[in-house]
Amino acid sequence: MAEDASAPEERELFASGHRGCAGCGEMNAVRQVLAAAGPNTIVANATGCLEVATTAWPETAWEVPWVHAAFENAAAVASGVDAALTQMKKRQGINVFAFAGDGGTFDIGFQAISGMLERQQKVIFVVYDNEAYMNTGIQRCSSTPYGASTTTCPAGTCSIGETKAKKPMAMIVAAHGIKYTATATIGYHADLKRKVKRACELEGPCFLHVLAPCPTGWRHDSADTVALSRLAVETGMFIMWELEGKNLKDIKLSRKPKERKPVLEYLKAQGRFRHLLKQPEVLAKIQKDVDEQCAQFGF
Amino acid sequence: MMQIMRGNEATALAAKLCRPNVIPAYPITPSTMFPERISEYVADGELDTYFLLAESEHSAISAGIGASVTGARVCTATASQGLALMHEMLFIAAGMRLPIVMAVGNRALSAPINIWADQQDTVSERDAGWIHFYAENNQESLDFMIMAFKVGEDKRVYLPAMVGLDAFVLTHTMEPVDVPEQAAVDRFLPKYEPHCILDPKNPMTIGALGTPDVYMETRYALQKALMDSAAVIDEVFKQFATAFGRKYERVSKYRTEDADVIFVTMGSMTGTARVAVDRMRERGKKAGLVKITVLRPFPSRELKEALVKAKVVAVAERAISLGYGGAVYGELAGHFVNDIKRPILSSFIMGLGGRDILPEHFDEIFAKCERLIAGGKLEEFPEWAGLNREVL
Repeated sequence: MAEDASAPEERELFASGHRGCAGCGEMNAVRQVLAAAGPNTIVANATGCLEVATTAWPETAWEVPWVHAAFENAAAVASGVDAALTQMKKRQGINVFAFAGDGGTFDIGFQAISGMLERQQKVIFVVYDNEAYMNTGIQRCSSTPYGASTTTCPAGTCSIGETKAKKPMAMIVAAHGIKYTATATIGYHADLKRKVKRACELEGPCFLHVLAPCPTGWRHDSADTVALSRLAVETGMFIMWELEGKNLKDIKLSRKPKERKPVLEYLKAQGRFRHLLKQPEVLAKIQKDVDEQCAQFGF
Repeated sequence: MMQIMRGNEATALAAKLCRPNVIPAYPITPSTMFPERISEYVADGELDTYFLLAESEHSAISAGIGASVTGARVCTATASQGLALMHEMLFIAAGMRLPIVMAVGNRALSAPINIWADQQDTVSERDAGWIHFYAENNQESLDFMIMAFKVGEDKRVYLPAMVGLDAFVLTHTMEPVDVPEQAAVDRFLPKYEPHCILDPKNPMTIGALGTPDVYMETRYALQKALMDSAAVIDEVFKQFATAFGRKYERVSKYRTEDADVIFVTMGSMTGTARVAVDRMRERGKKAGLVKITVLRPFPSRELKEALVKAKVVAVAERAISLGYGGAVYGELAGHFVNDIKRPILSSFIMGLGGRDILPEHFDEIFAKCERLIAGGKLEEFPEWAGLNREVL
């Protein structure tokens, strides 16, 4: 692999031996985010796979202080951490992170995130997006892409699977005019870590949207998690960008594929899209949507 | 110093006197004046706190949890639907053993929507693991808030506490309140020493997954801490009396010594019941009154002692456990059921959604209790006082 998961000067703060699945994208994301953020970090975690798989008492994978309260409120709990550190003059450069899955971000956590951003809390919100409610068994979320089959939008004789487009979460967040909004995937380590470090430098709310493939939910080979996260970018399904401030004209593309690969390559590698292979009109629509999305970003 | 103030002003002033580090809040009738007053204190430089105006009650209490687990003293206020929206987090605050203090303007729950006095909101949360105080007047509202911090933050307790004060009857009504000096409160309430906090120098995992191997033990420990907090509350009541001269009990008796019928009340209706008892006594009726100040931990021993000699006990409640009857009645009955010597217990629902509670209602209740003494029976369970049957 071209990029190592952890550069030599970085300390691993996410212990191995947790109960994440083989090839889990979100565990990979957390490991990288913590390594980049460093030990002077506090994490508020939403309910989900991450909390369940890493903290079954008396074990923990977390080598930074970590708190879990509930599902929808990681941003609010982190706001309280920020408030206490600020008021009690204990900030001392501590990074306050909120970690949540796409359910705890796009759906049930949406309000608390908006409130935290609007209040300009010094919190870095990281969503590890695996595009469905994986912890409870692959139910659709507003992050689920068009055409994906989940256990609550199953493909069937009368169904193509998910019929709605993915919610443009990072754009909605950016509209709050916060310090820093960025999208990333686990497959581009240097890019992800640079973005984490940039967020840590900035005083104020930051948001990182990290695409994190889930072999269980996406039904791909667990060895392909990283490759698939890159393929998402290479096909234009997922666009990596960053924005400091609120002017959308300042959005910077982090990676622009020289030649975009057809989305079919991405879709056919995953069981959740397999039913579409015999539906050329759906495949054509997905390709058209991706083309339009890329055009909006100028490529 | 005596000052005239509304109940919400008393709870806000109490919060100020206790110097919380973080006050997360979301306004809701009838508690809105609490965040308003806090924001004025902050605006005028009278209170050094982080005032966090959340976007919902759920986020307010969640931020409170985040702040508390970072070592902050935390205070907030809410009511009714706001408390119901916090429901999930109430259990979590208690389960994480965080001594957050919350004033609750006791208000009816929808539907129909209603903003008036009713204790359904807090009574419905009695299983959440919080200490429950109920104020009869604005003085108690202020005093219980201060004591709630001291009890909840005690190392033998580490539990959140709520103080209920009836909507409008207390929250918006001017009453004289003896306001303690800041220095006296500072002496009474030591600095909060948290048991475990989020600190990068000593990383801890807080709020971990509790599997079937350990979950029950955490509930046992929580139950024990809450039950044991009764002794701490009694201790703090004594310390408070020494420091400020006002005496409190978890269960207060009034003219119960020779009473045939004893009313059991919580909150502002107690004042009305006291007037009713005095009037009945003037007419030669042997009525008495027992006020519950602390509903959780449930004061079963104190209640039984106060009530055992009565012929009939009428538990008057401004809330109803729908599909059953009065919740406090049920709890009391559960504690009496195995005793050979016990009074006849009866359940009365009254004053819901701000319906006036009048001394005459207690006369009606007394008359029904006399029927029980004479060996008769009541028509319904629970009984209702002040119900307009013409519109049913």
